[in-house]
Amino acid sequence: MPTAKLADLAKTIRSKNAGTDKITFDIIFREKEKYELVKKSGVLTPETICKLYGIERERIADFVEFDPAYAIKFTIYRRRPSGSPGDSDVFGCQQYAPLLDIEVPVE
Amino acid sequence: MVKKPLRFLCPNGHLGFAPIKTESFYLGVETKPDFILADSGSDDIGPGPLGSDTSTSPLEWQRHDLEHMLLAARRLGVPMIIGSAGDTGTNSRVDLYVNIIKELADKHNLPKFKIGYFYSEVSKDYLARKMDKGEVIKGLDGRPNLTRADLEKTDRIVAMAGVHPYIKLLDMGADVIIGGRSSDCVIFAAPAIRAGFPEDLAYYLGKVLECASFCAEPYGGKETVIGTITEKEVLVTAMHPQQRCTVASVAGHAMYERSNPYYEYVLGGMLDMSNCRYEQYDEKTCRITGPKFVPSPEWWVKLEGSGKVGERYVGIAGIRDPYTIKNIDKVIEWARAQVRERFGDEGYELHYHVFGRNGVMGELEPVKEIRSHELCVVVQGIAPTKAMAEEVTMIGTRQMFYARLPEVKGTAGGVAFVLDEVLPASPAYMWTMNHIVRLDDPLELFPTYLTEAGK
Repeated sequence: MPTAKLADLAKTIRSKNAGTDKITFDIIFREKEKYELVKKSGVLTPETICKLYGIERERIADFVEFDPAYAIKFTIYRRRPSGSPGDSDVFGCQQYAPLLDIEVPVE
Repeated sequence: MVKKPLRFLCPNGHLGFAPIKTESFYLGVETKPDFILADSGSDDIGPGPLGSDTSTSPLEWQRHDLEHMLLAARRLGVPMIIGSAGDTGTNSRVDLYVNIIKELADKHNLPKFKIGYFYSEVSKDYLARKMDKGEVIKGLDGRPNLTRADLEKTDRIVAMAGVHPYIKLLDMGADVIIGGRSSDCVIFAAPAIRAGFPEDLAYYLGKVLECASFCAEPYGGKETVIGTITEKEVLVTAMHPQQRCTVASVAGHAMYERSNPYYEYVLGGMLDMSNCRYEQYDEKTCRITGPKFVPSPEWWVKLEGSGKVGERYVGIAGIRDPYTIKNIDKVIEWARAQVRERFGDEGYELHYHVFGRNGVMGELEPVKEIRSHELCVVVQGIAPTKAMAEEVTMIGTRQMFYARLPEVKGTAGGVAFVLDEVLPASPAYMWTMNHIVRLDDPLELFPTYLTEAGK
């Protein structure tokens, strides 16, 4: 089946702190069709995210399909609070990159 | 009788962090808003500013924004409100902003006006007494409840105010309000609630305005937006000539920096956005209906706490030899072993960030093999004294140079130095508190004061 990269389907793919202990990821689509396509494809689920980032299911605090904004959003617990010694991304804003290349099956 | 709509101008989502763009600000001012408001705080900047009681922004940027806002507000004769003054909202940051407002009033010969302000710092004794009485200070976001040990590790604590001190200061006649640490949305919600608009819409108004133009498109920070509240809706309008507030940009913004797009918790309740409806109202304006504010039966306030971990130095090393790159973990282990030989296993921290491998993402990095032809290693050493932190970092960096790899060809030095020294960095701090505590009164931790400025 032909595929498209998530980066080519979404308008915005970003990550950012949600408070001191969590990082939240937003994947926002411009068109409802692309949003529905990705939502139904199963490429973005708590399980696929755990696999991609190499984390346990307990690390995912929230996973929401947010219809009003055509967006899929998930939030993970940080291993240490933002800005602690050893943290490499104080704002949590560069953790989304692995999402860009996710292959989405398209008809 | 139908209430006259009120219009709120917000030029900046984190006052001071980068200066406001004045073109769209003055386009907004010309429309004669009823309030000029901005949030100045953030916990995104890490625990350092709260712990060390400093701002993360240069004073000149903060003065720049306050000057434009103050002069416009006094000219229009409308209240100006700033929340979470100076990044952290500590008492010293509130005093700093109050003094800047007074200086600006003198500089511009402004007629006399009233400045209202409130503090939000919480003493460790206050929390210790609560704990002695058996009250639980609950952990948020997966944190355990507060322990004595967490409290000991903390240097400074602020509590997140609700609408209450803002409403009180408006009642006291304040023309300008400088707030301590506050939930972002309450800065906007307070005057709307005081004017008699429904809490459901007032809190949403604050939610959508708190980051200024982040709720507009195309992307562009530090531009002005105006929020309008009526008895049945909130309207949000972009002021920058090229920006628009669309259904997509406003609904998308509801998700920003939050774990869940539907709920926002503040002192006194929770804003439920799960039934919000977004509609394009005109070219630059989005209309929102349907938010719901759910008051809480008890007063629970959020606490932020920061504690010093130690003094810190930073070292930088570059690597080009492919064999050394392949064996980077052995190089790091060698350097760590030399630090252990000198200082033992405990009493300091030593962190390696290997850029070109997983320097940005650490354990979350799915790319496991190194694909780069060169690496940059940033070394952080943290210890109780500056001298020890410098030595920990120096050994941890310098000894990468001497790492013993059996097959290495280049035996004159294993890493490249941009600087043959380690650099003093800001002390290391840690967020020690992301908790909530129960209050008897929503003003309990937020004493309010009034002073005057101008002639």
